[in-house]
Amino acid sequence: MWSFFHRLASPKHFYQFAGRLIPWLGWSTLVLFIIGIYLGLFVAPTDYQQGESYRIIYIHVPAAWMSMFVYMVMAISGGIGLIWKMKMADVVASSAAPLGAAFTILALVTGSLWGKPMWGTWWIWDARLTSELILLFLYLGFIALQSAIEDRRTAANACAVLALVGVVNIPIIHYSVEWWNTLHQGATVTRFDKPAMATSMLIPLLTMFLAFKLYFGLTLLMRARVEILERERDTTWMKEMITESGK
Amino acid sequence: MRFLPKHPKRRKRLALIALMITGIGSAVALATIALKENINLFYGPTQILEGEAPKNHAFRIGGMVEVGSVKRNKDSLEIYFEVTDTVNKVPVSYTGILPDLFREGQGIVAQGKLREDGVFVADTVLAKHDENYMPPEAAQAINDAQKIQSTLTGN
Amino acid sequence: MSEFFHMGGYALYVWLSYGLALVILVVNIIIPMQRRKKHIAMIKRRLRRTPAEK
Repeated sequence: MWSFFHRLASPKHFYQFAGRLIPWLGWSTLVLFIIGIYLGLFVAPTDYQQGESYRIIYIHVPAAWMSMFVYMVMAISGGIGLIWKMKMADVVASSAAPLGAAFTILALVTGSLWGKPMWGTWWIWDARLTSELILLFLYLGFIALQSAIEDRRTAANACAVLALVGVVNIPIIHYSVEWWNTLHQGATVTRFDKPAMATSMLIPLLTMFLAFKLYFGLTLLMRARVEILERERDTTWMKEMITESGK
Repeated sequence: MRFLPKHPKRRKRLALIALMITGIGSAVALATIALKENINLFYGPTQILEGEAPKNHAFRIGGMVEVGSVKRNKDSLEIYFEVTDTVNKVPVSYTGILPDLFREGQGIVAQGKLREDGVFVADTVLAKHDENYMPPEAAQAINDAQKIQSTLTGN
Repeated sequence: MSEFFHMGGYALYVWLSYGLALVILVVNIIIPMQRRKKHIAMIKRRLRRTPAEK
């Protein structure tokens, strides 16, 4: 088991392992998305309060969960890279950042599209919305900082520090709806008692959540592979591999 | 400024990083100040009656629309209702378009000013919905069950 | 069917949300695929210019 992880820390093995995993991940992501969207749009019943507009939840909530999850992945691998000087950890952190930013934008925009008809406003500076916007700035800051510093090592260290400092925002986002009065409603699924959602509506949500998770795994591996191609282009194994693949 | 790097490329990079750190720093600082000042989005009716809400400038009130309190003006979009936190009530007057979710018993957040006679004059009304999602039949069933419960206990 | 697309009057908001999700998810698949192609082509070009030192 340990030797497996040790080998993954080498770019060559990571590249090859990810290459084998990607088709499987790709197809299962696609299947889960199709099931999730079918259940969410066709099978799940109308909501008693919000009518059909609540169907935005099947995009909005998984995207918002992923925006926080990806941040943790980014910060933890950044931290690993900072402490153990592991090349692959930096690759994972920098591959996660643009994906996290994409999920955050998706969560913010779908939230806005949901807020307009239900609350009566596109945007309000309440604690939940503001802290999610700060999350977007953290991602963008990470990306900008990385492209500003030319030396890879320095860039990775600076970005890891930024990411680790920003972790403080994650519990703020999660608990904002409990700590302060907000327009945004409280948590539905992650309550200690049972979720405040009918099962027929919850199953599509959990399916979409799984689909988003696998999608993140898929795109993270794809991005990491490109990053390895770029960083290792002068190594012998890379040249050999590309010569062998022929054409 | 001898400690600054001499190489123009490095100088540029340093400037860029400094600029970015100030940028991110000020964005976070601004957001924190904004949140600190108004981290609670609204005041409840009890807070307002106790004089916690600002007197001279606009603020937000939050609570439930008292059942049976909504009165509409037939000739205009003017609407009058009471916002309650189940203990105290504040009357609200508003002219304009209401969100789809506005109804009696619904949570709302309204922005406006408190008039001297104690009526809150709103210029926007936003609906706040709860975190429960269910089909209409299930909501109906829960409603009926609560009615039976309250007749049994005599409340 | 038209009732389904109507989404109880919320068609604009619901379909914009799903549409945006589709665009963002697809774009994030295409970008790494294209960058991969570009990098491989570049490495091949360099290999041709400096044939393997033996």
